[in-house]
Amino acid sequence: MSLTARLTAPRYLLGQARRAAAAALLAEWTKFRTVPGPAWLLAGVVALTVAAGVAAASVARCPSAACGIDPATVSFTGIYPGQAVAAVAGVLAIGNEYSTGMIKLSLAAMPRRLTWFFAKTAVLTAPVLTASALAVAGAALAGRLILPGHGFTPAHGYASLTSATDVRAAAGAVLYLTLIALLSLGLAAAVRDSAAAIGLALGVLYLFPLAAAVVSNPALTRHLDQIGPLPAGLDAQATVGIQSLPLTPGQGLGVTALWAAGALLLGALALTLRDA
Amino acid sequence: MTTQTVTPDRSPLAPERESFWHLVHAEWTKFRTVRGWVIAAGVTIAAIAGGAFLGTDVSGGCAGGRASGAASAAACPVQPTGPGGVPVVDAFYFAHQPVTGNGTITAAVTSLTGQVEAGQAGNGAPRMGPGLQPWSKAGIIIKQNTSPGSAYAAMMVTGSHGVRMQWDYVNDTPGLVQGAGAGGLGRWVGRVSVSAPRWLRLVRDADTITGHDSADGTHWTRVAAATLPGLTSTVQAGLFAAGSYYESSRCTYDSNFCTRAIGVFRHIRLSWPATGWTGTNVGGYANATGTPLPGTLRQSAATTTVAGFGDISPAAGNAYGGSGQSLQRALAGTLAGLIPLIVVAAMFITAEYRRGLIRVSLIAAPRRGRLLAAKAVAIGAVGFVAGLAAATLALAAGAPRLRRAGGLEWPVSLLTEARMAVGTGALLAVAAVLALAIGTIVRRSAPAVAIVIAVIVVPYLLAFHPLPGSQAQGSGPGGGGGWPLQLTPAAALSLQQAVPRFHQLIALYPLAAGYYPLAPWAGLAVECAWAAAALALAYYLLRRRDA
Repeated sequence: MSLTARLTAPRYLLGQARRAAAAALLAEWTKFRTVPGPAWLLAGVVALTVAAGVAAASVARCPSAACGIDPATVSFTGIYPGQAVAAVAGVLAIGNEYSTGMIKLSLAAMPRRLTWFFAKTAVLTAPVLTASALAVAGAALAGRLILPGHGFTPAHGYASLTSATDVRAAAGAVLYLTLIALLSLGLAAAVRDSAAAIGLALGVLYLFPLAAAVVSNPALTRHLDQIGPLPAGLDAQATVGIQSLPLTPGQGLGVTALWAAGALLLGALALTLRDA
Repeated sequence: MTTQTVTPDRSPLAPERESFWHLVHAEWTKFRTVRGWVIAAGVTIAAIAGGAFLGTDVSGGCAGGRASGAASAAACPVQPTGPGGVPVVDAFYFAHQPVTGNGTITAAVTSLTGQVEAGQAGNGAPRMGPGLQPWSKAGIIIKQNTSPGSAYAAMMVTGSHGVRMQWDYVNDTPGLVQGAGAGGLGRWVGRVSVSAPRWLRLVRDADTITGHDSADGTHWTRVAAATLPGLTSTVQAGLFAAGSYYESSRCTYDSNFCTRAIGVFRHIRLSWPATGWTGTNVGGYANATGTPLPGTLRQSAATTTVAGFGDISPAAGNAYGGSGQSLQRALAGTLAGLIPLIVVAAMFITAEYRRGLIRVSLIAAPRRGRLLAAKAVAIGAVGFVAGLAAATLALAAGAPRLRRAGGLEWPVSLLTEARMAVGTGALLAVAAVLALAIGTIVRRSAPAVAIVIAVIVVPYLLAFHPLPGSQAQGSGPGGGGGWPLQLTPAAALSLQQAVPRFHQLIALYPLAAGYYPLAPWAGLAVECAWAAAALALAYYLLRRRDA
């Protein structure tokens, strides 16, 4: 091997790694866009979130100035059912690979498992983020159109439904939906089975508020609301009475992000340490 | 030996191998030989049984509605209990005299008016405005003694429910006199007046007290007979008035006692020797400075007027701090246990599709409806047994913990407890069948599991955290939870209701205190309707589609 070849080798390898990552991304993106399932699921996230938001906004009433209702909470009611669909999208991104046996082919083509996992995560994140933004924008728009007619007027203390706080709440909702999809993806990689993963993901989401509802100790209830990804994420979407919430909006989103990061880490570890 | 019959070639399988129960057995074998599924069923049992410990931990606060959130024991009042251990409120104004042996008390009520607190006067006394409540009451009563929670039977005129006979806090029977007023021949629910009084009579015979009412004092109708076991020979008989439950944050004396009833009596006759009336504020509820509820007794030549706050009533719903520790708390883990069961039940069919086992199954059992039915029976049985076992464990563990925590627990009959345990099994069984049907319809694990969890768990959460700004849920005698617990499969959770509801107590019956909007078996019927509809669609698709 000549001297020049030896000198250029590291650079060449670096380029190769970069190319491999780009190729992995392209391959995963091709997989993602050529099956109809993910597109339907993302459409489902948008449809369910907007529809439930419209339904909630049309029954909400603010009869007096002291009603204390959070218009963002009303508009974003659809996040409750919508996140289940986002979770399914996250689970199926990995779960389908295992259930169809595609995982063997994928890992044969991309032996660097973390590269593959990173590509998978990135390819899920971008469309889910887009769908969440559409869903939240639709729900917020519906609330903006419907709620002023139901007593959410400046006279009752709702000066504007498009203030900086409302924009922050909407951004929180978008990020929350995306984080739930990532949380589910990580869990699916950890347990390798769609059904178990979705049960686990929805359990993690819904069991904290369920437990908080039955516990009679107020301190314990508050802690459950702080550590659960769902109640913490809801704090990030609030615009009224933020001081009395168990977490600030930033902390709430942080807790949900920690859950997602933990699940992704668990999935990455399981993927690298275990046979596929 | 001469002739040999040639039998045609037959399958060596015995005929019973083709029977339905054999198919069920085959499906049961499939279930029990998958280790993960058996573990998941175990997790279901563990979650429900373990949930009992979380749900029955009522150490923080009084658990009652009156002082929820108050951590110090001093802030938690002692709840009187009536006959049978029922938590009650027994606070009213009682004009009484001791009477011994059998006898009769008769009185005519010529006026019943009510007041509700509208604010406070300058000296801190309540300022009362008009406001007769539907269950404001005044009448005659025979009571063991004047201590709260003692046995009684009473005949009374109420604000808008006519004449009633009530006894021992939970029993209520309408009077039978048919009036000639606007109600025509219907039950009389009008207002009394001097020209149209109501005559009430209580007859004591040992431990039986019979109530009668009359429109004219001569023609009497028997309303009901109350048996008060263990009634002593000497009891207190007399007149009473109670304002009834009315929750408001502005009440001076107690957030529950904001109303006063004023009854005017004439023609009071006792068959016992009269000793004169003594006025007592039964119950001793007082305001912050210790002033008892101000009842009054005024006597003139012809009339006796009794006015009183308070109520004689079971402490149910959110009223009188009598809620929150129902035995239902022991089953708090039900939904947590439901999730792994739903996963297993959906996989019971989706795993067959994933592995291609469905083809083998259909070759073995070509009649697809029978295969689906066998699967439903097998997974339903797993759900039922898991739910029954788990609920029995949870009730056995939770009941003593609740009893130790305080005396507010509603006494639950063995029959109710059995209904709760069997009902939990039924709830889980039908949920498992629903998950199986949805799994057959969508043929994929993740969507099937997500759909079933979304239709069972999410409605419960929505019922607990009602949509902000929507109409208050859980109000009125309809019970808590609203539409999410009436229309979705989560309605079957009503099988776990341990506390009764009383039509004679107008209060909130919230989900948080263990009240559901539907009757137990009606709730199960709703869940069954969902499962049946899903099964029908699954059957149709299974027959129509290629496997």
